[in-house]
Amino acid sequence: MAYSDKVLDHYNNPRNVGSLDKSDASVGTGIVGAPECGDVMKLQIKVDDDGKIVDAKFKTYGCGSAIASSSLATEWLKGTTIGEAGEIKNTQIVEELSLPPVKIHCSVLAEDAIKAAIADYQSKNGQPATDAAGSSTTA
Amino acid sequence: MTLEFPIYLDYSATTPTDPRVVDKMLPFFRNRFGNAASRSHSFGWTAEAAVEEAREQVAKLIGAQAKEIIWTSGSTEGNNLAIKGVAEMYRAKGNHLITCVTEHKAVLDPMKNLETQGFEVTWLPVDSKGHIDQQQLADAITDKTILVSLMAANNEIGTAHPLAEIGRLCKERGVLFHTDATQAAGKMKLDVLEQDLDLVSLSAHKFYGPKGVGCVYVRRKGPRVRLAPMLDGGGHERGMRSGTLNVPGIVGMGEAARLAREEFDQEVPRLIELRDRLDTLVRQRIPDVVTNGDPEHRLPHLTNLSFPYVEGESLIMGIRDMAVSSGSACTSASLEPSYVLKALGASDELAHSSIRFSLGRFTTQEEIDYAADCVSTEVMRLREMSPLWEMVQEGVDLSKVQWTSH
Repeated sequence: MAYSDKVLDHYNNPRNVGSLDKSDASVGTGIVGAPECGDVMKLQIKVDDDGKIVDAKFKTYGCGSAIASSSLATEWLKGTTIGEAGEIKNTQIVEELSLPPVKIHCSVLAEDAIKAAIADYQSKNGQPATDAAGSSTTA
Repeated sequence: MTLEFPIYLDYSATTPTDPRVVDKMLPFFRNRFGNAASRSHSFGWTAEAAVEEAREQVAKLIGAQAKEIIWTSGSTEGNNLAIKGVAEMYRAKGNHLITCVTEHKAVLDPMKNLETQGFEVTWLPVDSKGHIDQQQLADAITDKTILVSLMAANNEIGTAHPLAEIGRLCKERGVLFHTDATQAAGKMKLDVLEQDLDLVSLSAHKFYGPKGVGCVYVRRKGPRVRLAPMLDGGGHERGMRSGTLNVPGIVGMGEAARLAREEFDQEVPRLIELRDRLDTLVRQRIPDVVTNGDPEHRLPHLTNLSFPYVEGESLIMGIRDMAVSSGSACTSASLEPSYVLKALGASDELAHSSIRFSLGRFTTQEEIDYAADCVSTEVMRLREMSPLWEMVQEGVDLSKVQWTSH
C-alpha cells in the first residue's frame, strides 16, 4: 500500500522516541492497544507546575501509520497545556498524515493514548479527570 | 557484483520466466502459431508435436507417463478439477473427502463448495510444525471416503507432508490421493509411482515457466482415475479439459520442467545452503527469532520467521529494498493474521510479525548477506521503538498484561 510522504517521514525519522520515568509525579503515561490487534502505543508527557507539557515521548508497536500517528502526537503535545492537549482530535491526525480509511484506527489510538497519559498525570496529582481525558472511543 | 534493488525474495509467490524458457516459447507466438487441434495442415502438426514434447518433459519431472498429463491454466484450476472432478465422478461410491486446514485456498474453497452440495469434508488439524497426525488421517477414512487431498509442501511455511506414507495408506484403503505440488515441483523429489500419487497439480510459474499454464497428473493405471470435466467443449485432453491449448505456455512449461529436472541436483543443495545462511545470519544478529513450520522437513528455498515485539507491516515498510511476504494481512481493516500460522497455534501477535523469505534460481550470496543485514538492522530499530520489547527487557510477562481493547 502507498504511504503518504508525511507518514514515511515520521516512520523513517520518528520524533521523540523513548521513555520518561513513569514513577515521576510530573510524568503521565498512557498505554493503549493490544498486541493481538497489531498495535500498542505508549505515550508519555512531562508537565510543569503551570500545567504546560514540557516533554513528550512515545514507543509504538504497530504499522507505519501507527508509528507516524504517535510520533506526530508527541510533536504537537510539546509546548501545549494539558487543556489544549485534551482537545487534540484523531481527525486532525488523519488530515495531517493523509491516512486512508483502513488506517483511521491508528489515529484513534493516538488520541486515546494522549487522553490516557493526561488521565494518568491527573490521577497522580490528585486532579479530577477532565472530560477530555474520559473513556476512550472505539475504532 | 552490484546488487539490483529491490532484491527479490518472494519466489514462492512467483518466479521470473527463465530466459531459456522464453527463447523456447517465442517461435510459438510467431511462425509456429498453429492450433494443436488442427489436423489438416502442418501448422497444427507442428504445434501438436511441441505440446507432446512438453507433455513428455512435464511427465518426467514427476515420474509419470505423458498420457497422464492434462493441461490446465494453473494450480487453482488443477485443484478445482481434481477435487470437484473426483467428487462428481465418484459420487455413487461415496460423499466423503479429507483435507487439512493449512491447504491453499484453491483446495479449501472447492472443498467448502462441495460441503454445500451434500458432500462431507474432514478438515484435519496440524501440530505446531504444520504436520498432520497420520493415525488421525487413517481413522478418518471410511467406506464413504473417495478422496484425500494434502499438499506436498506448504506455501507459507514450507512444511512437507510425507507423501509416500500418505500415498501408501490411501492405496491400502482404496481411496484416491491428490496432492497440490505447486510449491514442491522442482524443489523436492516427486514420483507418482514411489509415492502412490493418483492426482497431482502443478503450475509452471512456480518453477521458472510462464504464468497461466499448469497441469494435473491423472493416473491411468492402478487405479485408472476418472474426472468429470469442469468445462464442456471440444473434448480436448481426453475429455477432461476442453479448450484450445495454450501452446506457447505449454512449450514453456515443458522446457521449465526439463530444466528443473536436469538442474535439480545442483540447484537444491545451493538453495538449502543460501537459505540456511540467511537463517544463521539473522539469528546471529537478532535475539528471539522464531522459525514457523518444521525446520527439518520443509522446502529447500523457504524460511518463515517471526520477529516478536515488531509488527509485520512496519517491518515490511522498513525493508522496502526487499520483496518478501508477510503473514499478516494488516492492510485490511479487519487485520487478519495468516490462517496457516494460526493453525499451528501461533498467537496473533506472532503471526503479525512473520515474514516469508523464499529464494530461487537467481538468488546470490551477496543478496542473502544484504538481506540479513537489512532485516537485522530494521528489526533492532523497530524493537528500540517497541513498548513490548521495552516491557520484556524490564521483565514484564506480556501474557499477564491487561491490554485495553480497541
